[in-house]
Amino acid sequence: MTDVIAPPAGGGGGALIPGAGTDHLAHPHEEHGPSGLMKWITTTDHKVIGLSYMITAVALFYIAGLLALGIRVQLTTPAGTFISFQQYNQLFTMHGSIMLYLFAGPFAFGGLANYVVPLQIGAPDMAFPRLNALSYWLFLGGSTTMLLGFATSGGAADFGWVAYAPLSTSTYTPGTGEDLWIMALVLTGFSAIFTGVNLVATIFYLRAPGMTMFRMPIFTWNMLVTGILILIAFPVLTAALVMLFADRHFGTMIYAVTGCHTVTGAPDAHACGSAVLWQNLFWFFGHPEVYILALPYFGIVTEIFPVFSRKPVFGYKGMVFATMSIAALSTGVWAHHMFTTGTVLLPFFSLMSLLIAVPTGIKFFNWIGTMWRGQLVYKTPMLMSIGFLFAFLMGGVTGVMLASPPIDFFVHTTYFVVAHFHQVLFGSAVFGGFAGLYYWYPKMFGRMLNDTLGKWHFWLLFIGFWVTFMPQYILGLHGMPRRVASYPAHLGWQSLNIASTIGAFMIATSFLFLLANFWVSWRYPVPAGDNPWDAHTLEWFTTSPPPHHNYTHLPTIRSERPTWDYNHPEAPTIRHGGPSGPGHPNGHGPIGSGNGGPPGGGDGSAGARQGVPAS
Amino acid sequence: MDPSPTGNPSATRTDAAPGGPAAAPDAPEPGAAPARSRRSRWLGTAVLVAGGLLLAGCQLPTFGETKPVTTQGQDAIKLWQGFFIAGAIVFLIVFGLITWAVLRYRRRSDAMPRQTQYHTILEIIYTTVPVVIVLVLFGFTFVTENEVNALPTPKMSVTVTGFQWGWRFHYTTKNVTVIGVELQDPEMVLPVNEPTRIYLESHDVIHGFYVPAFDFSRYAQPGIINKFTITPHTTGTYRGQCTQYCGLYHSLMRFRVKVVSDAAFAAWVSTHHSSGPATSISTAEKQALTNSTPGAHTPNVPPSTVTSTATTNQTAGSTGL
Amino acid sequence: MKIESTFLIGVGIFFGCVAAIYWFLSYEDAGGMMLVGTCLLGLVPGSYYFFWHRRFRGHKYFFWGKTERVVGTRPEDRPDATIADGAGVISSFPGGSVWPFILGMGAFVLLLSFVFGVWLAMVGGSVILTALVGVTAESRRGGTH
Ligand code: HEM
Ligand SMILES: [Cu+2]
Ligand SMILES: [Cu+2]
Repeated sequence: MTDVIAPPAGGGGGALIPGAGTDHLAHPHEEHGPSGLMKWITTTDHKVIGLSYMITAVALFYIAGLLALGIRVQLTTPAGTFISFQQYNQLFTMHGSIMLYLFAGPFAFGGLANYVVPLQIGAPDMAFPRLNALSYWLFLGGSTTMLLGFATSGGAADFGWVAYAPLSTSTYTPGTGEDLWIMALVLTGFSAIFTGVNLVATIFYLRAPGMTMFRMPIFTWNMLVTGILILIAFPVLTAALVMLFADRHFGTMIYAVTGCHTVTGAPDAHACGSAVLWQNLFWFFGHPEVYILALPYFGIVTEIFPVFSRKPVFGYKGMVFATMSIAALSTGVWAHHMFTTGTVLLPFFSLMSLLIAVPTGIKFFNWIGTMWRGQLVYKTPMLMSIGFLFAFLMGGVTGVMLASPPIDFFVHTTYFVVAHFHQVLFGSAVFGGFAGLYYWYPKMFGRMLNDTLGKWHFWLLFIGFWVTFMPQYILGLHGMPRRVASYPAHLGWQSLNIASTIGAFMIATSFLFLLANFWVSWRYPVPAGDNPWDAHTLEWFTTSPPPHHNYTHLPTIRSERPTWDYNHPEAPTIRHGGPSGPGHPNGHGPIGSGNGGPPGGGDGSAGARQGVPAS
Repeated sequence: MDPSPTGNPSATRTDAAPGGPAAAPDAPEPGAAPARSRRSRWLGTAVLVAGGLLLAGCQLPTFGETKPVTTQGQDAIKLWQGFFIAGAIVFLIVFGLITWAVLRYRRRSDAMPRQTQYHTILEIIYTTVPVVIVLVLFGFTFVTENEVNALPTPKMSVTVTGFQWGWRFHYTTKNVTVIGVELQDPEMVLPVNEPTRIYLESHDVIHGFYVPAFDFSRYAQPGIINKFTITPHTTGTYRGQCTQYCGLYHSLMRFRVKVVSDAAFAAWVSTHHSSGPATSISTAEKQALTNSTPGAHTPNVPPSTVTSTATTNQTAGSTGL
Repeated sequence: MKIESTFLIGVGIFFGCVAAIYWFLSYEDAGGMMLVGTCLLGLVPGSYYFFWHRRFRGHKYFFWGKTERVVGTRPEDRPDATIADGAGVISSFPGGSVWPFILGMGAFVLLLSFVFGVWLAMVGGSVILTALVGVTAESRRGGTH
């Protein structure tokens, strides 16, 4: 039933356009390659690299989660003695740094995207497989470098994940841990840049025939936009870090201000560095970075909602343009993290930040529209995605508040902000990320994850999440600053802090269920089949796990959900909805019945071209 | 307790904010008829509630935020109330829609749902309505921002200096200086109902000057002098704390602000005003500084050990700067 | 290629406008420079793709000149393409290579040398050199197998 073509005689390692019927062994050279550890080290297969990324990132997530528990234990009592001030400062720095730089980003664009994007567009691999492998090794090296900080005598870095100068200059934080932190980010920064290049090139050059840009799944679209954002943001960070390192060791005065404080009068502008410069550079990276961490997860849930509602994604094009506008605006809002510096253009950054609410709102309504009148099936991936919706809704609403400078003035750097960014980051990276893991796990390993354990994981996580972070909003409004290891006892903050700690332990428990689930699926495998969810996109057309170079054959691609069109020729997408009543599929649905079945007539017929976005 | 300034022009402006948003997101519903009537009833209630709150005006709660004791804080809190109500309404509507979809459309049969992908009118509505809301919110933000940041010519000014890990308050025109380091919170005394210009700066790293009761904060940065005005209108002692992470003892970098009557302030100035030479202050200052430089990697001694060397929390004489 | 180039040129134009507005409102150098850089990041590759898009259509340069051969639209840009339209070797993918690993570890050691001492730079630098030579030789041979 597929568009089968004869395999051209390709030589060497050349990947063929999928053909050759069901012959999975079209590439014999994979059979006599190295094995074991050597195979892993020499691999250039995007699937293996993607998996390595994901396993490393999830391991780092567990480590950073343990650090968070340490933070929470310290804060259960006003003058906590669980750890010292110095250890506390290291803990929140490393917790934030690992979560953001080593988990949330790499899990999405190094892990899932690496695995899924080539599959979704029908490509045999990433465009630059060796560069892809290099990305992973740089990431592994960078992660190791960052963790090495704990092994040095001064301990790990302790200047916060933002490393504000001049606190991050050698006068105030002279330690080795800080240097390692900088080098870790240089390594992982290059790794991210290479991955960004690779994603963009793959999406531009390796799409299957008929997979036009406006037929790409939303996840792939989001990864393309993320790739561009990476290319905008990460070089700035790397440059800023190099200058910071120069300040620390080579005596430059780019950010450093030692010896030119202003108590006795105006500073000598030539001798002094600028503390605000670091903030400008850092946040020019940092705010796009938070969307680099969010857009992939938006993409994941946008794959999941349609599949588990048995409907196409609502407002496909609106979704694409919303992604683009979010990314574009996010690069013009960096200084909303600097409202209280008193040195930035408040109205410009405030308006740009508020405007991001618009495309985000569009996405929300599209997600709701996708579920509307669907047939919703609550498997774990869907539950996680719904958890994401609620979490991000709350985080988004408080984000709009923070975009208003007069409000930001009194909640900035309090626990209100901690609660806000956890609702968006945790909402996307954890609910969205693990939704993706539950969703694509069957494809990656050919076996299912247990749904009952998954539900336990979800409900504990969901409840724990709200119990942890809602009290933090209130604490923030009461004026509890972030990054404090102790607080005055008489202010009545303890009970809310205890609640937050209890929530954190619920979250931690929920992640034991995930481990249990991995174990169960390893020990008692339940075969998944090629397409266990009756999903829409191309990756579910191939075997689970996919063969080397991914496809032996492909269906005709006539919409953004070729696999669905192939399996459900009776239910094509209705492109123009509206109040026109229960419609016949009136020719608007170009479906991919590659064998020329009705309606639409088959390849190349006029019917099949209708309603297709122009390219 | 809440000294609501009736007649404050900003009151009407900011309180009107919820009006826009309330009417706003009534679009996003991809339509069922029963749901629609339910929605309009529901929306009606929301508008009523918002309107009621609006009429109540100054009686609005602060929604968890500290009650402001400055006029600037009062402006900010009005904006916060508007944003909070607008946010709550948007939240409830979207929350309702999600919950409805999740509960109502649980799979009940094998029937194939209609494969609708676009609904142009609906999409246009849920794009433009948020744009309008956002522009309204921005308008209020813009007005309040200018009120909060206004810099009228001051009668009095205080130079506030943050350093690792304490504060120094220098009354420029009164020749009084107060210094304190961790665990010995210094106290900044201010006259009530008097606009005071604060010059904020830092010796070393970035600190955050934050008084919850002022509903305001600003960074103290090396190389930059930040200016702002506070006009406290209620006497009392208020807690302040550094909010920008600044190294080892950031958690302990606290202070107090005491707002007193004019007479009490004058008395305080005269008792602490010292015509002595500058040496006393520079000693204190030096000690405080020695105590603070190079910072965070000093071994984690209990704070009391560190502070014991400092002279502090006592008011030192003047410099006559 | 058309959508790809429109997309990137759009990035360029958008950030060009933002850069202009921001600059004239604030005269702040760091942000202004970065926005201009972002504008170029879109414009430069965008124009490159646009150039090829036109070339495929038979225009030698962007809007002028003619080429002999009209390649037409790539199968992945044609809504009615069948899978068979893309038949043939897509590209050469290396079957496996040890050099990325060695290069990565070399970079790791090299950066650690900034922290732990220059002697490590010797190790890291030579590993990187080896890897660069190795990967070049491997590519000229046409992959490992
Ligand atoms: C496992 C559940 C988690 C808990 C209980 C937790 C708890 C906390 C707490 C209490 C803080 C504040 C520390 C302080 O300001 O003193 C914090 C900071 C932070 N967290 Fe989490 N967190 C969790 C997960 C995450 C996730 C998933 C992310 C991101 C993907 C994340 C990113 C951050 C960041 C960036 C900071 C700021 C670090 C800094 O101030 O430099 N956290 N976390
Ligand atoms: Cu931001
Ligand atoms: Cu501080």
